[in-house]
Amino acid sequence: MAEMPYLLEALNIVKVFGTLRANDDVTLRVRRGEIHAFLGENGAGKSTLVKMIYGALQPSSGEFRWQGRAVTIANPAAARELGIGMVFQHFSLFEALTVAENIALAMPGRFDLDALSRKIARVSKEYGLLLEPDAMVADLSVGERQRIEIVRCLLQEPKLLIMDEPTAVLTPQEADQLFKVLTRLAGEGCAVIYISHRLEEVKQLCHNVTILRHGKVVATELDPQKETASSLAKLMVGGEIHVVHTPRQKTDGKPRLALRNLNLPPDGPFSVALRNVSLDVKAGEVVAIAGVAGNGQSELFDALSGERTLAGNDMITFDGTACGTSGVNHRRRLNAAFVPEERLGHGAVPGFRLSENIILTRHASDEAVVKSGMVQKDGASGVSERVIKAYDVRKGKPDPEARALSGGNLQKFVIGRELDRKPGILVVNQPTWGVDAGAAATIRQALIDLSREGSAVLVISQDLDEIFEIADRIAVISRGQLSKAGPAQDMTRESIGLLMAGAHEEREVRHAAGT
Amino acid sequence: MRLVLEKRPEASWQMALASPFIAFALTLVAGAIIFALRGNNPFSALYVYFVEPLTAWWSVEQLIVKASPLILIAAGLAVCYRANVWNIGAEGQLYAGAILGGAVPVLFPEWQSPIVLLLILVLGAIGGMAWGAVPAFLRNRFRANEILTSLMLVYVIQLVLDYLVRGPWRDPQGFNFPKSITFTDWQTMPFLTTSVHAGVLFALFMPLALYFLMAKSLKGFEVRVAGQSPRAARFAGFSEKRTVMFCFLLSGGLAGLAGATEVAGVINQLQPQVSPGYGFTAIIVAFLGRLNPVGVIFAGLLLALSYLGGEAAQMSLGISDKIARVFQGILLFFILVCDTFILYRVRLTGVTRGAAA
Repeated sequence: MAEMPYLLEALNIVKVFGTLRANDDVTLRVRRGEIHAFLGENGAGKSTLVKMIYGALQPSSGEFRWQGRAVTIANPAAARELGIGMVFQHFSLFEALTVAENIALAMPGRFDLDALSRKIARVSKEYGLLLEPDAMVADLSVGERQRIEIVRCLLQEPKLLIMDEPTAVLTPQEADQLFKVLTRLAGEGCAVIYISHRLEEVKQLCHNVTILRHGKVVATELDPQKETASSLAKLMVGGEIHVVHTPRQKTDGKPRLALRNLNLPPDGPFSVALRNVSLDVKAGEVVAIAGVAGNGQSELFDALSGERTLAGNDMITFDGTACGTSGVNHRRRLNAAFVPEERLGHGAVPGFRLSENIILTRHASDEAVVKSGMVQKDGASGVSERVIKAYDVRKGKPDPEARALSGGNLQKFVIGRELDRKPGILVVNQPTWGVDAGAAATIRQALIDLSREGSAVLVISQDLDEIFEIADRIAVISRGQLSKAGPAQDMTRESIGLLMAGAHEEREVRHAAGT
Repeated sequence: MRLVLEKRPEASWQMALASPFIAFALTLVAGAIIFALRGNNPFSALYVYFVEPLTAWWSVEQLIVKASPLILIAAGLAVCYRANVWNIGAEGQLYAGAILGGAVPVLFPEWQSPIVLLLILVLGAIGGMAWGAVPAFLRNRFRANEILTSLMLVYVIQLVLDYLVRGPWRDPQGFNFPKSITFTDWQTMPFLTTSVHAGVLFALFMPLALYFLMAKSLKGFEVRVAGQSPRAARFAGFSEKRTVMFCFLLSGGLAGLAGATEVAGVINQLQPQVSPGYGFTAIIVAFLGRLNPVGVIFAGLLLALSYLGGEAAQMSLGISDKIARVFQGILLFFILVCDTFILYRVRLTGVTRGAAA
């Protein structure tokens, strides 16, 4: 063999869950120093594949080769021993511990915090991943938390680093910083497996692309430079991707959702206070709230939905009715609907069937679902089937438990459940978070269509591409304060980036005091 | 090769049904080993323990009488545990029901009317609810862990009863025994047969009512959501505090009712001990019955058998009747083990490196 063996080869990997073939004869190769993108819709089998590479799952058949030798990766510890590191989409950090303490928990061997702190400082400096070893995790931004996870991997000098949708939680500036680090790692010979939905990012960063669809490899050894975003998307979904169509907005809409000096104290040590939030959302428009995660988005969502009630009733008005002190079901009866960020465990009960999950948000506002205190099974199943059909929710059996659905399909279901009611006011937090391109386009189009039928749609999102795609007006939240909403066409990534960093905070406070 | 516990994509209903049977079979095996170690013939010992009590009608009647408080309490606990509300103090709520229900004949010994019986039962339920409301209030108001508070309150109320029957409520003609007067006529439950009192009907109908509540009503839905994801329950507009209070009032009320029927149907007076630990055994019954109010009926009969078997073992084998507690504990242990496999399965994996090559 003239060439060096591949770093990692996956040969005919099959992974079966019950009747589902999550990975079906997957074969691909990763070279040293290569940033290798795994693309695919949600449920295509990317996560299953990387979990097997990281030893968290075992293949049903097929084999992995590491530097030319067949290996069985029995568990994550064995993967780390081989030199495989992984940064998960959801961080596993203890907020009440420091950076160094968190990293120490994951390190094998003796517990020596001082030596470790020095090592962390050295590695973070070397790679431009600024981190203070003694900082408390609770005080750090999501971007900084991600750096902890990356440094944790780097300390083990990996030969292969797996990143699962790393930019989903970052500002554009933070993402650029991350790309520099990954490019540098690749330059040093470390291979990176990069899972993402953002095709532009893949084109910018990656050397090699493997595309999965329904558990099968539909393309590998693709050079992203020779592809366009739309040709990649076509391979991912197996057909033309729906382009979001934005009809002109009617400009004379009445305000349907109004926030007036909304204040909400924090409800825990790691919660953000909302300060003087004011906003109007008119009939027929989509207003987006941009911001880096953890700046008060979930608190604002809870205040809007009524999961946390407010001190003043007129802080929130829905269609002219003040409802700041009323609960979530009262607001639903005012024809408002809400979709939280977390699908499993907040928007849906994981262990409940889809038809039962219909009841969750509609029991107080839909006679077909619950009548005089009695659950109407047929009614709920009817609604469930309607939603599944209208929003193309794909599932393995007729009425599965929510947790059996892939993220994108569950998100379509959770949003469809609310859209099915034709709400006059819709508040959505992270509508396409972790959702594949095909499902995301469907969801975004549905939000726009709803607004153009005369509803007020408020979207809280961290995804600037999404915001520019659907929003008529954009406001930015930072540290619990909301900037003035401006027309989307007047705003740029840079201007939003500045607001994310808090450029409006001082001025807004003074402005509020002046009026 | 090694064993790996792997999460199933969906809960296995087959395993949920099979688990109590497997657990019971394992309990029999463990019991056989215990008997063998003691020098008893394990087969005849198990026969004495689990089969003989079912061979005579009087003893089957005893079984039903003993099963009924277990079923009544466990049906309420099943609803509680579904909501992730951990009422461990049903024994105390039973005592509270016994005290408040028993207060009627003790304080008005001459009063004879159907109203007396009705009052005993209603006050019994109210007593259990009131005692159950305490841990619910403490959790809602101060976030006190209800497992600890409800359990500790058991010992408090037992001492209250102890004080009452040794002091103010002691039968003046009772030769100083710590017992109240004996209840008669309308102060006691009517009998269906020679030894089965009418209270067993509660144990038949209450579980059916609760089954209906859990399966069909919005309240039952609320309880299940609260148990499975509290965040989703809040999103659905269900108040956590309301659910906690509801569960404690329900299970406390049923335990109190069980206490009142024991006092008016079996013991016919108040004494320091009015239950052989029904409130605690009912926890096992609730789990064995799959936290399903109807399943609890069958589980209650089985656990009642363990009490009878304990008595039989004491008589024919000369073993302490504490053996009943041993069997109950082993059974709970095996149920919890087997229930793991509802959500998980075991798989063999190879770890030998390079073996695939």
